[in-house]
Amino acid sequence: MRAMVYRGPYKIRVEEKPMPVIEHPNDAIVRVTLAAICGSDLHLYHGLMPDTRVGHTFGHEFIGVVEQVGSSVQNLQVGDRVMVPFNIFCGSCWYCARGLYSNCHNVNPNATAVGGIYGYSHTTGGYDGGQSQYVRVPFADVGPVKIPDWMHDEDAVLLTDAAATGYFGAQLGEIAEGDTVVVLGAGPVGLVAAQSAWLMGAGRVMVVDQLEERLAKARSMAHAETFNYTEYDDIVVEMKKQTDHLGADVVIEAVGAEADGSLLQHIAGTKLKLQGGSPIALNWAIDSVRKGGTIGVVGAYGPIPNAVKFGDALNKGLTLNMNQTPVKRQWPRMFEHVRNGYLTPRDMVTHRFPLEDISEAYHVFSAKLDGCIKPLILPSAA
Amino acid sequence: MPDDKDIPSAYVKDKRTPTESREELRARIPGWGVDLDPADRPSNHRLHYAPDTTGAHWDFPERQPEKWPREHSIEHAFVTPVFGTAQPPKGLSGVIRKFSYARYGEARLGHWLLLILADRVDAWEEHLRSFATTRPDNPITETGVKAEYTHGGLASRKGRVDARHHLLDPLVVAGPWVAAAGGAVLGVRKLVRAVRR
Ligand SMILES: NC(=O)c1ccc[n+]([C@@H]2O[C@H](COP(=O)([O-])OP(=O)(O)OC[C@H]3O[C@@H](n4cnc5c(N)ncnc54)[C@H](O)[C@@H]3O)[C@@H](O)[C@H]2O)c1
Ligand SMILES: [Zn+2]
Ligand SMILES: [Zn+2]
Repeated sequence: MRAMVYRGPYKIRVEEKPMPVIEHPNDAIVRVTLAAICGSDLHLYHGLMPDTRVGHTFGHEFIGVVEQVGSSVQNLQVGDRVMVPFNIFCGSCWYCARGLYSNCHNVNPNATAVGGIYGYSHTTGGYDGGQSQYVRVPFADVGPVKIPDWMHDEDAVLLTDAAATGYFGAQLGEIAEGDTVVVLGAGPVGLVAAQSAWLMGAGRVMVVDQLEERLAKARSMAHAETFNYTEYDDIVVEMKKQTDHLGADVVIEAVGAEADGSLLQHIAGTKLKLQGGSPIALNWAIDSVRKGGTIGVVGAYGPIPNAVKFGDALNKGLTLNMNQTPVKRQWPRMFEHVRNGYLTPRDMVTHRFPLEDISEAYHVFSAKLDGCIKPLILPSAA
Repeated sequence: MPDDKDIPSAYVKDKRTPTESREELRARIPGWGVDLDPADRPSNHRLHYAPDTTGAHWDFPERQPEKWPREHSIEHAFVTPVFGTAQPPKGLSGVIRKFSYARYGEARLGHWLLLILADRVDAWEEHLRSFATTRPDNPITETGVKAEYTHGGLASRKGRVDARHHLLDPLVVAGPWVAAAGGAVLGVRKLVRAVRR
């Protein structure tokens, strides 16, 4: 089969790989029909995630058709069209029993601090991912869901992570009616977070980024006020001015460890790897939120420490909520919202690349060329 | 005494900035307020005990066969019942990885730094190995730089702060190659001199 393969930082290619096989009675093999590149994949692509091995196939956003099932699989049949949450989870450990699907304890031998994720290095379990023609799906009775007939494939693939994460981020913000909500980052995650903030009763939604095409999308897709942080000497001061010197009630951090905005932090973190990426967006969140306010962090950070302004967070009495998204927990409600047109994930798809062109796809998405907001990958073009 | 209205909200007891009414918001934003009740949001409460809803039909999953001693965090009681089998450790990078897992817990910085080191060693080992195959690594095609021409590299970067660090990216990618080429040239020179002497 054909699969995307990591060759070292900034380098990937498509290779012929052996087909995945059933390794556990509850495994399924899925033929991928549509996949996507996530902002999280960029952290791997840039070599920031420890234990990213050469030969690894990335991809945790994918949908497909069940090709084969293990002997204990009851809920899926060969031929079912399924969407697969980016989390690999067992459904039965202490964490899964309590809905913390992204924190499953039974699927990732490499680390206890993070659950299992498809195609996301050995630090999340060493599973090859879905930017490929076929993929092994563990716990087939627990993760995958049959795609509803009415759902568009592009919405389905985005619901496996980016959209679910935006919606989850807004929940982490514990938004109350009338709240002023600031969303840092107008990528796929931030855009859906901004849409979701309104559903939870926000009175005002402001989105911060530096990419004009993304800010334009935040206005059209999420009815948000937008701020290009490069136009202000200090975006935190601007946020204070905008909120009558209170600060935002809620900030949703949808940027993560590769934030721009401080060249020094960027070089120290993502180039010299002296810290686990740059925490500038998280620090902006801490400084922009009002005292006693809440920050929902969905931007990704790895296991290497960051220079976070923890003192400000303490002195301001902040609540910081965060996690990898327990995707499947979001789905029933999100399906309604997509069906009603309240959430419109596929609005943000800008590019569709055949699997064979995935090196270019990564470069375009990583360098944010050509107005790229969300690139999809078509594996079975051949 | 200044007029109270000039004093920003933060300094008085109530927010002065008016917000739109529910009706106005509903008219303007599709779906405004459908998730208004925090108790009715899908991830409320964080811990929600519902083991019968997950689809699992086991107390503890059957164990996947372990085909080699699977490296695992020493914070785990054992190798988890299910795990990924992609890219088993090999070569020098494999030795470093196995050592890091065996020696350090996740709380230790050394654990992660060794893994990052192993990643770099792995990339080098694999680049070298690739030269002995019919498909050597090609930094031009593998970095996808072709997209600079096909997808408007220059125009796309106008006025962006991150363009500054894009200048550094080629260095990160090409730097080691250039250094290696330089090293090779020096090495050959030394060798030639040694032979001549
Ligand atoms: N928690 C989870 O489960 C989860 C799931 C998916 C993605 N993520 C993470 O969410 C983050 C966003 O994902 P995405 O797919 O939208 O990525 P993306 O890279 O497309 O978007 C990030 C955006 O942040 C902007 N940005 C950079 N620095 C900024 C700053 N200082 N202030 C404001 N904006 C800034 C960038 O211009 C970009 O538009 C990533 O870190 C990703 O890893 C987390
Ligand atoms: Zn993701
Ligand atoms: Zn579990």
